[in-house]
Amino acid sequence: MNVPALEVRDLKITYPARRGRGPARAVDGVNLRVEQGEIVALIGESGCGKSTLARALVGLVKPTSGQVLYQGTPLNYSAKALKKYRRHTQLVLQDPGGALNPRQNVFDAVAEGPRLHGLTDRLNETVRTSLTRAGLRPPEEFTARFPHEMSGGQQQRVVIAGALALDPSVIVADEPVASLDASVRGEILKLILSLRDDLGLSALVVSHDLGLAWNIADRVAVMYLGRIVEMGTVEEVLLRPRHPYTRALLSVLPDSAKDWRPTLLAGEPPDPTAIPSGCRFHPRCGNWAALSGPDREAAGCDRRDLPILSGDPSALTLTACHLVPGEHV
Amino acid sequence: MSMLEVRDLRVTYRQGDRAVPAVRGVNFTLDRGQTIGIAGESGSGKSTMALSLLRLLAPTAEVTGEVLFDSENLLTSTWSKLRAVRWAEASVVFQGAMSALNPVRTIGDQLCEPILLHDKVGAKEARRRAAELLDSVGVPSRRLGGYPHEFSGGQRQRIMIAMALACRPNLIIADEPTTALDVMVQAQILQLLGDLVRDSGIGVIMISHDLSVLSHMCERLAVMYAGEIVEIGPSSQLIDDPRHPYTRALSRAFPTIGDPDSRRAPSGLAGDPPRAADLGESCAFAPRCSDVTPDCRTRTMELWPSGPGRLAACLRVLAEEGGPS
Repeated sequence: MNVPALEVRDLKITYPARRGRGPARAVDGVNLRVEQGEIVALIGESGCGKSTLARALVGLVKPTSGQVLYQGTPLNYSAKALKKYRRHTQLVLQDPGGALNPRQNVFDAVAEGPRLHGLTDRLNETVRTSLTRAGLRPPEEFTARFPHEMSGGQQQRVVIAGALALDPSVIVADEPVASLDASVRGEILKLILSLRDDLGLSALVVSHDLGLAWNIADRVAVMYLGRIVEMGTVEEVLLRPRHPYTRALLSVLPDSAKDWRPTLLAGEPPDPTAIPSGCRFHPRCGNWAALSGPDREAAGCDRRDLPILSGDPSALTLTACHLVPGEHV
Repeated sequence: MSMLEVRDLRVTYRQGDRAVPAVRGVNFTLDRGQTIGIAGESGSGKSTMALSLLRLLAPTAEVTGEVLFDSENLLTSTWSKLRAVRWAEASVVFQGAMSALNPVRTIGDQLCEPILLHDKVGAKEARRRAAELLDSVGVPSRRLGGYPHEFSGGQRQRIMIAMALACRPNLIIADEPTTALDVMVQAQILQLLGDLVRDSGIGVIMISHDLSVLSHMCERLAVMYAGEIVEIGPSSQLIDDPRHPYTRALSRAFPTIGDPDSRRAPSGLAGDPPRAADLGESCAFAPRCSDVTPDCRTRTMELWPSGPGRLAACLRVLAEEGGPS
């Protein structure tokens, strides 16, 4: 069996308590694998823990428990080992305006990584190749520019070029298109897709946008309050959603159809400092609310904990729900 | 006579001796109870256009044309008339609820302010109306004494909507009202706005870069590119059968889940928007258009009829609809 490019096993990340609240269980038990050359989309609302998970994957956050494995080897959190690791796994952030130093030109921005790693032998060529791969052609036209002289889409391409300059094998992108215009969004997604197809890169793309998963991902994982509640192939999860949360997320996408009937979940995403007992989604779950007394007692969503999804990438779909019949986890 | 009639609206920003045209001749009308969506990307002039209607732009912006609101031209009206129109007859929901609300004053005080100013009622009555408004947008009225930071993003956006409704206006201009919100919260806000429009017969101008949000909320859509409307018409038709290539690119940018054509095939638009200095009378979209003809770069563009109740500024449409001229 192939070794996955990136894997997390039973990952938990808890932030310490503050202001009289309990500790925040941002990531509360996640198994996830990104296979070689695979694009996985991690979908969830703000506060569900998806960005914390992304940061743990590149070694920026140390897990409270559980493991992050790169090519089958657990991460070593010594400074030296981490530096080496980050050559292979690069993070692309949401807001390119914020990610780029305004006083640094494009050449220096892209060359920063190779310089930090002492890879300066053929720096000019590395920068040129990276810019070309990121779609900034011809590269000479861009090297002397500063961030404010470029559009948002071009800035994001510079950030991606900076990631490519280290010749990574995995890219973790946190909302890579959320701050970009509609027409640019497609161009950047095309770029991520072509990096996989041409260079064999693996990618984990974190987003709130289910359409992004449909556009580029092979598999999708839906996260809610620190756990993955449903994962599987994009077709299976998005066209035949099983978990009530995935169903609700899909139902609220606006469209021009007159019979829009969104399943609105009451309230805002709940609080990782006070995770409900049993199934963590049950206070907002329509299926649970619809159950009558004895059925409710039998289902026990409010007291029976759910096992953590295995993250097996060969499974068509995995669902963490007491009420979805015949689903193993 | 329509409630709102915008004629040849132009906005130019002055930067030193340079003149940067942001809005370049926009025309549309809106009646009570109608909704129109203004779509476009950053820099297309959509927010500038909408804010200029109530003269909310900085003094460096030069606004010409006519904005007839109940037959009164707001661009030339006196300040006292304009002040009376703002809030009481037309109000704005801004996009960043956190920066639009005053952080050091309670929600109740901020809601009462326009009521006290415009409606000549006592403090007690204003407080009662504020409580009613808050309830109507789904925020419990017992929280009138709360400060903005005590509310979530979705709640703050609801409060902004309540403020816009405070003086029972006939027109609301909503500038990206759901942009920074999660999908679930966005759906709640869209449903709230939709209910308010249906129940009260308010006219709405909604601005967004997201065509799916606009087509869902608005009967009509206007797509802006480089300061001009390039296509306008009924939403469902613009989405299902876009005639202008820019509308087509925008509508493909957000995929429909389940559509096999967009699976593993994100759709974008190469190139960048034109710089203001390069703009002329010919088609501003020509440099990015996959269907460009030599005429596109020379001929003066207009909005030509492209179907019942629709207009598009594209020579291809002119050739198909009106025959070569």
